[in-house]
Amino acid sequence: MSYGPMHRKEDARFIRGRGNYTDDVRLPGMLYGAILRSPHAHARIVSVDTSAAEAHPKVRAVITGQTLAGLNLAWMPTLSQDTQAVLATDKVRFQGQEVAFVVAEDAYSARDALELIDVEYEPLDAVIDARNALDPGAPVIRDDLEGRTGNHIFDWEAGDRARTDALFEQAEVTVAQDMIYPRVHPAPLETCGALADFDKVTGKLTVWCPTQAPHAHRTLYAMVAGLPEHKIRVISPDIGGGFGGKVGIYPGYVCAIVGSIVTGKPVKWMEDRSENLMSTAFARDYHMRGEVAATRDGRIQAIRVKVLADHGAFNGTAQPTKFPAGFFHVFSGSYDIEAAHCEVTGVYTNKAPGGVAYACSFRVTEAVYLVERMVDVLAAELGLDPAELRMRNLLKPEQFPYTSPTGWEYDSGDYPKALRLAMDMAGYDKLRAEQADKRARGELMGIGVSFFTEAVGAGPRKHMDILGLGMADGAELRVHPTGKAVLRVSCQSQGQGHETTFAQIVGQELGIPADDVEVVHGDTDQTPFGLGTYGSRSTPVSGAAAALVSRKVRDRAKIVAAAMLEASPDDLEWADGKWSVVGDPSAGRSMAEIALAAHSNLELPDGVEGHLDAVTVYNPPNLTYPFGAYICVVDVDPGTGQVKVRRFVAVDDCGVRINPMIVEGQIHGGLADGVGMALMQVMAFDEDGNHLGASFMDYLLPTAMECPSWELGATVTPSPTHPIGAKGVGESATVGSPAAVVNAVVDALGPYGVRHADMPLTPANVWRVVNGDPFRTDLAIP
Amino acid sequence: MQVPATFEYERADSVTHALELLERYGPEARVVAGGHSLIPMMKLRLAQPEALIDINGLAAELGRIAVEGGELAIGALVRHAELLESATATDLFPIFRDAERVIADPIVRNRGTVGGSLCQGDPSEDLSAVFAALRATAVIQGPGGTRTVPVRLFHEGPYETAVGPGELLIQLRVPVAPGTGSAYEKVERRVGDWPVAAAGAVLRVEDGVIAQAGIGLTAVGAAHFCAPEAEEHLTGRPPGAEAFAEAGRIAAEHCAPSADQRGPADYKRHLAAELTRRALATAAGRI
Amino acid sequence: MRITVTVNGQPYTRDVEPRLLLVHFLRDELDLTGTHWGCDTSNCGVCTVQLDGVPVKSCTVLAVMADGHEVTTVEGLERDGELDAVQKGFVECHGLQCGFCTPGMLLTARWLLDRNPDPDEGQIREAISGQLCRCTGYENIVRSIRWAAEAGR
Repeated sequence: MSYGPMHRKEDARFIRGRGNYTDDVRLPGMLYGAILRSPHAHARIVSVDTSAAEAHPKVRAVITGQTLAGLNLAWMPTLSQDTQAVLATDKVRFQGQEVAFVVAEDAYSARDALELIDVEYEPLDAVIDARNALDPGAPVIRDDLEGRTGNHIFDWEAGDRARTDALFEQAEVTVAQDMIYPRVHPAPLETCGALADFDKVTGKLTVWCPTQAPHAHRTLYAMVAGLPEHKIRVISPDIGGGFGGKVGIYPGYVCAIVGSIVTGKPVKWMEDRSENLMSTAFARDYHMRGEVAATRDGRIQAIRVKVLADHGAFNGTAQPTKFPAGFFHVFSGSYDIEAAHCEVTGVYTNKAPGGVAYACSFRVTEAVYLVERMVDVLAAELGLDPAELRMRNLLKPEQFPYTSPTGWEYDSGDYPKALRLAMDMAGYDKLRAEQADKRARGELMGIGVSFFTEAVGAGPRKHMDILGLGMADGAELRVHPTGKAVLRVSCQSQGQGHETTFAQIVGQELGIPADDVEVVHGDTDQTPFGLGTYGSRSTPVSGAAAALVSRKVRDRAKIVAAAMLEASPDDLEWADGKWSVVGDPSAGRSMAEIALAAHSNLELPDGVEGHLDAVTVYNPPNLTYPFGAYICVVDVDPGTGQVKVRRFVAVDDCGVRINPMIVEGQIHGGLADGVGMALMQVMAFDEDGNHLGASFMDYLLPTAMECPSWELGATVTPSPTHPIGAKGVGESATVGSPAAVVNAVVDALGPYGVRHADMPLTPANVWRVVNGDPFRTDLAIP
Repeated sequence: MQVPATFEYERADSVTHALELLERYGPEARVVAGGHSLIPMMKLRLAQPEALIDINGLAAELGRIAVEGGELAIGALVRHAELLESATATDLFPIFRDAERVIADPIVRNRGTVGGSLCQGDPSEDLSAVFAALRATAVIQGPGGTRTVPVRLFHEGPYETAVGPGELLIQLRVPVAPGTGSAYEKVERRVGDWPVAAAGAVLRVEDGVIAQAGIGLTAVGAAHFCAPEAEEHLTGRPPGAEAFAEAGRIAAEHCAPSADQRGPADYKRHLAAELTRRALATAAGRI
Repeated sequence: MRITVTVNGQPYTRDVEPRLLLVHFLRDELDLTGTHWGCDTSNCGVCTVQLDGVPVKSCTVLAVMADGHEVTTVEGLERDGELDAVQKGFVECHGLQCGFCTPGMLLTARWLLDRNPDPDEGQIREAISGQLCRCTGYENIVRSIRWAAEAGR
């Protein structure tokens, strides 16, 4: 009764400008922080002179790496069992790295004082191209780590190498393709920042911060700073977009906390846009070589991949501990493939740390891009239509649950149905006819297809943890005497609309209007523990917890209702939002009536204390596996290389849709991301490690003009493991769409014999590709 | 957020007053109008003027668009949005509409000014190529009165213009002649971006042959934002695809693009030719 | 420097540094935190407010430049408890997710409709092309503004 389109509860404040983002929070006596950053990608710090800054009349404190070293806080653990400098002590290892922190009476003075700090650097050779990181003579970036003589971080593999290799040896057809998924940045419009308030009297630390994982932050602060966890409160207020970039803890957060401890005042630090792009979590930066073995009639038999993963100067990727390459090994995609094998090597370079971040479902993005590009490369080799080739190889509905060659258990799906729907919506055959006509006239039109399977909702606790914290989520539900409910959850919305969707879940389960359910989130003192919102896990995990805690309440309500009806609970049934005696629905008791009774003097059976509330922890038995079929149509100007996305058809299956309006909004946003990454977004570096995308003038994000009017379709295959059959959708479109756009552009360039082109397909790169001379999109243009 | 360093601020209430203020504060003062080039530079602390002289209040003197004495006069304080919406300007010279629609974005265009764009002297600026193609004249006022400088001599190098210390660009004047067509073609990485390359073309045809051609180029290292060799090639020829293509080729040959994140030099040179050809063809169709 | 700026119909007089950006004047001096900031280079447009009825990016306008002028922020759209049609449209059509770009989008939408009560999709897209949204893919923003146009007929 509560599922379906429903206006968002959140909107009332946002449309009035009454959202409450971190920089909107003000405290009496608040001071302001600013960070001095390294201009060099790699340099030894000879000296740091802060005397002039300290003499600035409005400066209250200047904190350096040495200050922090005295507190044992100069280094902090990353989410990948590495360490990261909070403020550099020995060397700087990427351009934009944090060197000193100024606390001043106002934000402008803090900025002014940065110019008064004198740092002497001794520049060192930098490792910028990941392909050179393992060269014998390469500069060693992490000489802080004991015994470290090179830039190698890890080797990791998945799948069956022997079986895969054997299939390749016997294959009728093999294709191979090198490709880069370049370094990109999630670039939420709100940058990162923190307001820290340490109360010396009570010993309580409160941190306002736009974090996607407030509880994980609290625990990590306790571990890092040695503060007792019950004296730490993390408040994640409204967040101006996250997309994965607001999962980790950044040095600035720690600096703000130290600044507050040192000065005894609240300290706010908000990074500017250049700081955001230069130092917070990047995504991708995978250099991949894909190979596919197939029969001549287009039956894909095996796929193998080698990846060189650029992790930057500190290994800070945010993924479950057992998975150093995230979920990349889901790269066999949506196809019935006998064997698969991947090898991933992670290396240090003189670039910002991070990785995974950006709506990628723990590197499913890279995996889907790889396999979907490879299928098109194979189609070109075989002279087959790429949609037809996919149709021949897609998993069939009867194969589910399906265990992939690398061990994933896909829960459910009807893949051919989704692809057929997308082709029907697009008018695929007509598009191909139009393309043929245009080609005859020398015009370039391309049709790109991609099919993706997502793996979201991390995750089963026994397989998935972050820094030892299992990825299960709590939920608490309390029904007030008048039948209004408050749900407390651990995950934190960055725009996904949890206050609405989760209220709908509870409303549906309890038979009350969603408007009668308040969702509390984003405050660790107010909510149960859980790992947060990323990897499309809110609905799959916290949403499931919301449903299950509601069912617990409903079961307790049944006992109360039985007492009210003077019947045995065994004789009651739940129908139309009421508990009633089987066969006598007219005398049913609504949740509001039961709630009042539960708080009244009604005599309850032994073992039921009264009131109406419950808590739960949801430990998902498996991931959920949303999927979809995308078709993109582009026109390319052969004289200039400009690409225009004309149409984009997206059929998504994310299981049961709680609020279809919100689901579609999530998909729209992800599709725009895909267009952005495919056509313009990239963080490239010159040979000295200068960041060439350090502002929105050069890190280009798509506007309304580059985005077509998205055409959405849906199929619904409920998840068999999720209590309400939902699968999660936040990242599906970001995962699935880049390949569709690139496939479309490469398809358009078919007359030139082009089989691959790396993102982003800027006009310059398209023109170079057409002329047989593509450039490395991750490095400065030669 | 990035913030500027401190500076003195003065608001001019007339051109004369602005000139007085410029004299009083000397060479470390900067004139600010829309501020969309200067203020970001100040926030990055790449520019740290000691004083800003705000001329936003001089619309009565500097904000007019009118045809007078056979010339289209455009005040230096005319906002991009005003030029875009001026039927007087765009009916005479559609090149203004073509160019203004792709300069920055509608919100920036509400604030940024024609004069500010030219005075910034950015080698990738669009209107510099437009006015070069139009063979406009810049009117500069100083303590001793006004002087005029052909726009093709206005830019003396990257970020350097003919506007001297104590002077103010007050107007651009564009000769109006019958039989003229104009157009602007730009390739950008994304809407609102600076050009990868762009070309403007102005053609005046008399008796079936090109009496005068104007070609403006930006972001490709063309000296003074123009292509005189290509213009010369066109003069006296009938307008046509072949002549336009050849003019594009010549224009590309004489420019000196450099590689950056918008594209490699060879691509920009290619665009110089391609966009010149396209702009000429469109301009010819508009006569 | 002493300035008086009329914001949402109410005059405010403050002593400010000349370098104070209008966005900070609104947020920090007047506590009108509905106007956000998102970049430093006038690219993202989340700081958009109306200056004398015309949308401008307030991160690139000095507060002193607004002296004697009228500013409208998102807080000024609702009149006498009645939401502006563009505010209603964004709710009706799910034109916002994280809400960070929303105030700027609303002010541009209002300006567009004041000048062109019946804009088509292309005109709407062009009008908001100087403002980034990372959540909606723009689709529902366009629909929201169309909804407001229809509502205003």
